[in-house]
Amino acid sequence: MTAPLIEARGLSLAHTGAPVLRDVDFAIHPGEIVTVVGPNGSGKSTLIKGLIGALDPSAGTITRDPALRIGYVPQKLALDGTLPMTVDRFLSLPVRVPPSVRAAALAEAGLPGHGKAQLSALSGGQFQRAMLARALLNTPNLLILDEPTQGLDQPGAAAFYQRIEALRRDLGCAVLMVSHDLHVVMAASDRVICVNGHICCEGTPDVVADAPEYRALFGAGTQGALALYRHHHSHEH
Amino acid sequence: MNIDPFLLRVCLAGVGVAVAAAPLGCFVLWRRMAYFSDATAHAALLGVALSLAVNTHVILGVLLCALAMAFMVVRLGGKGLATDSLLGVSAHAALALGLVAVSLLPAVRVDLMGFLIGDILAVGAQDIALIWVGAFAVFALIAWRWQPLLTSTLNPELARSAGIVPEREAMVMTVTLAIVVAVALKVVGTLLIAALLLIPAAAARPLARTPEAMAIWAAVIGTASALGGIVASFIWDTPTGPSIVCAATVFFFISRLLPRN
Repeated sequence: MTAPLIEARGLSLAHTGAPVLRDVDFAIHPGEIVTVVGPNGSGKSTLIKGLIGALDPSAGTITRDPALRIGYVPQKLALDGTLPMTVDRFLSLPVRVPPSVRAAALAEAGLPGHGKAQLSALSGGQFQRAMLARALLNTPNLLILDEPTQGLDQPGAAAFYQRIEALRRDLGCAVLMVSHDLHVVMAASDRVICVNGHICCEGTPDVVADAPEYRALFGAGTQGALALYRHHHSHEH
Repeated sequence: MNIDPFLLRVCLAGVGVAVAAAPLGCFVLWRRMAYFSDATAHAALLGVALSLAVNTHVILGVLLCALAMAFMVVRLGGKGLATDSLLGVSAHAALALGLVAVSLLPAVRVDLMGFLIGDILAVGAQDIALIWVGAFAVFALIAWRWQPLLTSTLNPELARSAGIVPEREAMVMTVTLAIVVAVALKVVGTLLIAALLLIPAAAARPLARTPEAMAIWAAVIGTASALGGIVASFIWDTPTGPSIVCAATVFFFISRLLPRN
């Protein structure tokens, strides 16, 4: 296997003094899709913050490939209505980007021609795609998404997952995604990691798209983009 | 037409302060720092009393007190007290403390009303120079940090992932705010500095589609308010600082009536 893009060993992270995650071993390799699930307050987002370098580890090490380029989609932004912002202007933060690059990123993210729109006028799904476009600007080899489907309905989430899968195919980037949904994950995930203060279990999603139970659960509109994840915990919290 | 040098001086002072306040006022609005700017501005009065007590230039004491207040509020902000109550306490405590401190000085030396609501008619050539130096300093600082400041204002996590330290950018806000307080004190007074920051920026909001456009509109509206307020105060013999803020308020209501961009 090739060297991991990012690797954490014995990683512990704390938030304003309180320990949130302890002793996490984690690695993601080029082209891999990894989904991190866990209940609220389990430390999923903290793990992401540690990996992108926004939070210094209280113990353990993080090794990053020198060629690592992260495209980061933060958890849903709370937009302040007092701040006027077009999609184009948003893409040029904090680094100004030529119009052709902006247009290409918007097309890749599935939001072509929306550069002149106000961010506040976008729907939840469109806004998510604008954030995705911004993350694609520096041609990342690792795309990190923090609860990208929050606030989207199931077909919306499925469409977003299909978009991500297509991006992995076209750009070859690895994808690390955090999801608040413990049991329904992106079907294309190579691995699923369940976090709750530490890594509870790790596995692959059950792809059961053809099963009638699946149809009944997800409907036909999701086209196999969603899958179930079966936890196998050896302990209680 | 002969331009009265006195009127020219007053206008230069008013416009200088309006231009300095405009881009900063936008950030105050976007970052919901209205009360923060009030607390910082109210600390100015204490600065006046201290500088008079030790016989130094008023602007120096005001700058130091405003900075000290701003840093104190930022530090206490992380200590569990609700920001809202913390700022309410600080803003009013600073004002009360300033009023008490001023009252301890010999009465002849302090024109209290002038510091509370401004005394733009008393500005001299030196004041104007200071105002414009301050305005350029604020403008330069904000222009230099514009992109990282804007990114951290939009979302601190987004900024951090791009290698920006939002706390450091917030310092730029604190320092520029102290400078604006120091230069605006003589023009609108400690009570209305926050108004001069907020109202032109709020009036500019419906006219703008980008942050840059909003800052430019805020400067235009601030300048028009300064000139309008000065003219009105000459015609009707009203206090100039409050007249400027009233003019800005008129612009605010007019811009609300326009279709939103």
